Amino acid sequence: MKKSGAEILIECMKREGVKHIFGYPGGVVLNIFDTLYDDKEIELILTRHEQGAVHAADGYARASGKVGVALVTSGPGATNTVTGIANASMDSIPMVVFSGQVPTLLIGNDAFQEADIVGITRPCTKHNYLVKDIKDLARVIREAFHIASTGRPGPVLIDLPKDVTAGSTEFIWPEEIKLRGYNPTYQGNKYMINQAAQMIAHAKKPVIMAGGGVVSSGAWKELKELAELAGIPVTMTLMGLGGFPGTHKLSLGMLGMHGTFYANTAVQNADLIIGIGVRFDDRVTGRTNAFAPNAKILQIDIDPTSIKKNIRADLPVVGDVKNVLKDLLKAAKELKGQQWDAVRSSWLKQIESWKRERPLSYQPVENVIKPEFVVEKIYEVTKGEAIICTEVGQNQMWSAQFYKYDYPRRWLSSGGLGTMGYGFPAAIGAQFACPDKVVFDIAGDGSIQMNIQELATAVIHKLPVKVAILNNGYLGMVRQWQELFFRERYSHTELESGNPDFVKVAEAYGAVGLRATKPSEVEPVIRESMKIKNKPVFLDFVVDWKEKVFPMVPAGAAIDEMIFEEMEEKKEKKLKAVK
Amino acid sequence: MRHTISVLVENKFGVLSRVSGLFSGRGYNIESLSVGETIDPSTSVMTIVTTGDDLVVEQITKQLNKLIDVIKVTDYMEVDHVEREMVLIKVAPRKDDRTEVLQLTEIFRGRIVDSGPTTYTIEITGNEDKITAFIELIKPFGIKEFVRTGKVAIAREGVKKK
Repeated sequence: MKKSGAEILIECMKREGVKHIFGYPGGVVLNIFDTLYDDKEIELILTRHEQGAVHAADGYARASGKVGVALVTSGPGATNTVTGIANASMDSIPMVVFSGQVPTLLIGNDAFQEADIVGITRPCTKHNYLVKDIKDLARVIREAFHIASTGRPGPVLIDLPKDVTAGSTEFIWPEEIKLRGYNPTYQGNKYMINQAAQMIAHAKKPVIMAGGGVVSSGAWKELKELAELAGIPVTMTLMGLGGFPGTHKLSLGMLGMHGTFYANTAVQNADLIIGIGVRFDDRVTGRTNAFAPNAKILQIDIDPTSIKKNIRADLPVVGDVKNVLKDLLKAAKELKGQQWDAVRSSWLKQIESWKRERPLSYQPVENVIKPEFVVEKIYEVTKGEAIICTEVGQNQMWSAQFYKYDYPRRWLSSGGLGTMGYGFPAAIGAQFACPDKVVFDIAGDGSIQMNIQELATAVIHKLPVKVAILNNGYLGMVRQWQELFFRERYSHTELESGNPDFVKVAEAYGAVGLRATKPSEVEPVIRESMKIKNKPVFLDFVVDWKEKVFPMVPAGAAIDEMIFEEMEEKKEKKLKAVK
Repeated sequence: MRHTISVLVENKFGVLSRVSGLFSGRGYNIESLSVGETIDPSTSVMTIVTTGDDLVVEQITKQLNKLIDVIKVTDYMEVDHVEREMVLIKVAPRKDDRTEVLQLTEIFRGRIVDSGPTTYTIEITGNEDKITAFIELIKPFGIKEFVRTGKVAIAREGVKKK
């Protein structure tokens, strides 16, 4: 039977299991939107900005593990998706973005709302397509979903000229996918895995570094089993949070620039680093030539380019993390006679003493809300079960430090690209994916204003998404750097004088606005927000503007060269004395 | 180190820009690049000459392999191979030197493919050493311009990996 391009598109999406599309209409995608108008199985969620649509699709994908889908028009609609696509690309999030394009005959003529989006997104997609012939459409969609969701996941863009979606052809569903240039390695090399088991058996002071790969391959069970079997402490990258239970006694929390003292110290003193689904980002390693100076590095990753990119690898194992860990567990169990507990006890004792020496902390002040306190209270009230999205900056780091993630896919944060404005639309996507879960976006007063228009989306769909604004009146993280490294010259980071009344903004959109200005109001306000089941809530927490994220590793320093809060206080006192 | 890398790709539009974009986007250098269809018209081979230390070249080959449209990557540093390049040189020798230019061309098994009232266009094929040597020899006679195809390479048969 003949079908239009738009019908083929919708049919293919159904076969790929798509239930929700986040999108925004426009001239050249009218055929698609017209077809969606009568469709009962696929819901299109109209966002208020294309960037919001892509972040929502991203949040949907992170929370559910499924491919997120966005649909936008040509030209500005397409260019508005670029940040969202780059964000998904850096964090390896499976996503398919459909963009409209001017009719094939007009491509290259600078037609109205024309942009070379395939050219623009080439470096920030896993792959992208321009469909020039309607006969290729079904095959391309099938390939796109396959590429996005397999191997190291990532975003794929499909550019659809208007005549392709308006035209019609015989619909043939391609059962088979033939991509001769795309064969990810799923099974790890057996010899290497046995070597890895030996390395673990011989290590006295091993540390596991778990990254986003643990979450995307669904390997949390295997990771936990390995850590417990061999008695290895686990630290997580920002992307790895939730890949290993944050409250587990072997958990070291996050490492890196704002990592815990004990995680960074353990890494620097380790004799074996087991990197699992990590790419050794500079925020994690600090100065690379000073990273884990005494350790051998065992790296497990599905993407060979992640290996030896930033950090040496003494033993690389290329393969899907879950498969490799399964085999590694088997190999480790076969090392009979291994007295794991006896070998590890002194190392684990050492780590316990580092944990006691410097736990994550902050100084409570009477009548001033500390942002860390807000995150702690959200953790308490939600019993650690919420999906936490974040924006970027201080709000993100405090959320990473003071909320303990015991489950995977409950932590949605822009890791690689560091995109302000990510969290709120991602929270909307997550709420669609998990309607029964509590979803919080922990934001700053700067970030929330980057996609605040999505309040309309959340209100229309009666989503009980909660946005906790840690309102310090500044672009806090940049201000922190200015305070520490630019002699307190706060160049263009002050926002308070231009900030709206967030409670009123929420109310204007038909959402609920709540505010807390004193520590005693924090918990009641959070509890109040939890009662609201059919509306988004803005929680405006007026917090201490001077508060900084600690520990902190200055850019270019080794990760054990940390700055702590009391060191800064001493410096300030000294300065005052001199004055 | 200088590497000659051969990349077997899908013969589709946009593939060249994916490959060249990978180099420019990651700060790798392309010294020369030549592209042509293979015996299977659905594929092309790109021969790329690039420089970098071992880690850089390792990243380059891995990143190339990661592109969906790339089918196979061969670093000829690891393979015994034959490589050739062609160059067209337009020389404008003085009248007295014309014979010598012809003789040199003969010695290097080049060919005169065009001659004008004051110029010869010489076609010369060979490996890099030969072409460099010829250009050095012919330079004093006055080269007006030259164009090079960029290297192409193919593995030798019956010889194992280095």
